[in-house]
Amino acid sequence: MLDPSAPAIAANRFGLGARPGDLASIGADGRDWLRAQLKGPPPQLAGAQLRPSAQILAEGLKIRRESAEAKRSAGGAAPSPAVEKLGQYLRPIYTGEVIARVQEATSTERPFVERLTQFWSNHFAVSIDKQFIAGLAGAFEREAIRPHVLGRFTDMLLAAESHPAMLFYLDNHLSVGPHSAAAVRGERRSAPRRLGINENLAREIMELHTLGVGGGYTQADVTSFAEVLTGWSIGLDRGRFAGGATGEFVFRDELHEPGSKLVLNTRYADTGLGQGEAVLRDLARQQATAHFIATKLVRHFVADEPPGGAVARVAGAFTASEGDLPTVYRALIEAQDAWVRPLSKFKTPADYIVSAYRGLSLPVEAGKGPLVPFELLGQRTWSPGSPAGWPDRSADWDGASALMQRIEWADAVGARLGSRRDAAQLAPQLLGANLSEATHSAVTRAASAGQALTLLLAAPEFMRR
Amino acid sequence: MARMQRRDFLSLGALAAGGFITSRVAFGAPGGQQKRLVVVIMRGALDGLAVVPPYADPDYAQLRRELALRAPGAPGGALPLNGFFGLHPALAFMQQCYGARELIVLHAVATSYRERSHFDGQDVLESGSVRPHASQSGWLNRALAQLPARGSGELGVALGQNVPLVMRGPAGVGSWTPSKMPAPEEDTLARITDLYAHDPLLSVRLADALQADAIAAADAAAMPDAMTAAASAATDPKPARAYGMRYAEITRAAAGFLRQEDGPKVAVFDTTGWDTHANEGGAEGQLGGRLAALDAGLATLRQELGTAWAHTAVLLVTEFGRTAAVNGTRGTDHGTGAAAFLLGGAVAGGRVVADWPGLAARALYQQRDLAPTLDLRCVFKGILEEHLGVPARALEESVFPESAAARPLRGLVRS
Repeated sequence: MLDPSAPAIAANRFGLGARPGDLASIGADGRDWLRAQLKGPPPQLAGAQLRPSAQILAEGLKIRRESAEAKRSAGGAAPSPAVEKLGQYLRPIYTGEVIARVQEATSTERPFVERLTQFWSNHFAVSIDKQFIAGLAGAFEREAIRPHVLGRFTDMLLAAESHPAMLFYLDNHLSVGPHSAAAVRGERRSAPRRLGINENLAREIMELHTLGVGGGYTQADVTSFAEVLTGWSIGLDRGRFAGGATGEFVFRDELHEPGSKLVLNTRYADTGLGQGEAVLRDLARQQATAHFIATKLVRHFVADEPPGGAVARVAGAFTASEGDLPTVYRALIEAQDAWVRPLSKFKTPADYIVSAYRGLSLPVEAGKGPLVPFELLGQRTWSPGSPAGWPDRSADWDGASALMQRIEWADAVGARLGSRRDAAQLAPQLLGANLSEATHSAVTRAASAGQALTLLLAAPEFMRR
Repeated sequence: MARMQRRDFLSLGALAAGGFITSRVAFGAPGGQQKRLVVVIMRGALDGLAVVPPYADPDYAQLRRELALRAPGAPGGALPLNGFFGLHPALAFMQQCYGARELIVLHAVATSYRERSHFDGQDVLESGSVRPHASQSGWLNRALAQLPARGSGELGVALGQNVPLVMRGPAGVGSWTPSKMPAPEEDTLARITDLYAHDPLLSVRLADALQADAIAAADAAAMPDAMTAAASAATDPKPARAYGMRYAEITRAAAGFLRQEDGPKVAVFDTTGWDTHANEGGAEGQLGGRLAALDAGLATLRQELGTAWAHTAVLLVTEFGRTAAVNGTRGTDHGTGAAAFLLGGAVAGGRVVADWPGLAARALYQQRDLAPTLDLRCVFKGILEEHLGVPARALEESVFPESAAARPLRGLVRS
């Protein structure tokens, strides 16, 4: 028998929150509605303000260089004009990218795919607390994540790890093999600067993107993999590392550590760029990777403590389909645990805001306006602060102060909209069978239309999904 | 004004609805009751060899190459500590504390964790367990749970929207950040309190939030500056200024809580940006800028605490250290042995506590990292026992299980 809450669960837990009318059109079995969204090419964002990452990076590098030169010629007295000028250049790019993303999330007819996009973007997290990433995070998501969200995990992995934003974020573009041509040349100089590897990207690929911590790799594997990845870099038009198309991925043979390497007990012949690609393909095929990805997906869609049975089934689908993501998603939809009440997932601030935008048909305006709630509620877009991405458990988000700020924001939204929305009419349309008697009663008995909206947004069943 | 309204709402009594008590019960005030502790988690693995350079170690300059700090007195040199170790030149306030015998520098410290994942390392640091993900609660919370109950008021507060693992657990703790939005009407809050009456999580969180706001409201005078500054910085992604602003705001708020006689005894907050894999900088640069912001934040804390500083200890810890040698990108990778700091008027300071293993190749942990010689749990236990009065037996049994080998390090605070 179908649970009467199935449409609301499909829209709110798998999607990004119901809009008025959604629950009626989803039909009795939310599973069909979700499966239908997996058909067809994944939605791509478009707009004049959304430029290719290579362009953004090339122009940004030029601004940084010119500001640095200006500073040098001015005797270095000014307070860091390079950082300031670059910030002025990057800020509107960031703003435009966030607005495009929020517009897509609030208006899409395929919210399950958009949630999955956000999941993967967070899995392969870059963070704007590294200055350049403010300009690149949106392009990274558009170029490395969106095209593959309904494709194969391996392709997304290769696209993400070779994207300039990731190489820059995890410092790989400057990592140099100690026996590479560039290092050997450097040592012959009269005043050599030591060149060597940086193991940041290699470690995080294994720990955060594929095998997971405890996934069976050692420090020796990390070091060896870092050597494999030397040469994965970004094209520059001048300087010591000039070469390649500016701002685009380039494999620099002269930085690459020569020779075969041993990673996870497999020996990889030195095929240059191919060596790193081969290791990534093998990492994607590991059992540990299937288990790690499945655990994260089930945690996101089912419960903070992922039920073992659901994890095993999703991991099995990952392995059997060789990482075919729609197959993996269908296994997730089939997980019985995802369709039970009470609602187990406390919304992240971003989930909360987007679901309010959708539920109340709030317009996403131009300017900085749409960025503000994410900052106020503690989840500035693309700023998880670490390559692990945003955490995905209730305890990470349900602090007392966090709750109060949500309530304050809900109050401001209610005050702004007032009688332009009817909370009593919206409540069953947004929450379906999850609407509690207490919330229904609070909303209908509110002292004003604005307060009724605030109470709807503050309701326990609107705080969760 | 909005804030005062919320406090009024409190005193009117959300008692029936939320089940929490608003009247303050006076407690006797023997010395221990005055004690205050601030724990600062430095996420990302702070480079101890850069912050506390052992400039006199014969292997230091060679390992650190262009990142090496010079001896005190040289241009851009370290600030002097004890003739062997120096302090990063950005840490002027901390060095002043050292001179006033209010700072202990701890070096070559580590948790029991020996891998190199930030996230597991932080989990062990905060949970106080011997392995990652063994506990859903933090050692500081479990320690608070051992202190004598008092009539009302949480004993701990997290400065941030959410509570970090070190403060999660059985003892009720508040979390607080200065809000940039006006507070809702009393009537709306009362209705939400009703709406949450049967929700075990949200009812407790809301009650905690209202209580924290009430305490902060009593301290409202100091807040507007920080709030305005923070609001104007809200959409500004410039890192260095953002760090400085955030530390000033947070330390001021922390002081506001801690200087209240019946307010929280323990405050905790996070700092980030210490994961310096590339272009770390030496005397100046990326790390130096962040250290300067932190140092200024600590100076603000001392100033705002006023006379309460004399009873306060501030502990700064990180999940692990970084490689002894500079890497190929003028930074350092994940390592093992780290530095930690304990400062405040209650600290028996003016010394470096380090069983220095040296930086010779054979002395390094796995030929790459500073070898740890002091278990951080010894430090935590010593502080909890002598500063907060947590019973020794509870420290062994519930606060730090499986830690018998880590004996409390005593004498860190003035008795």
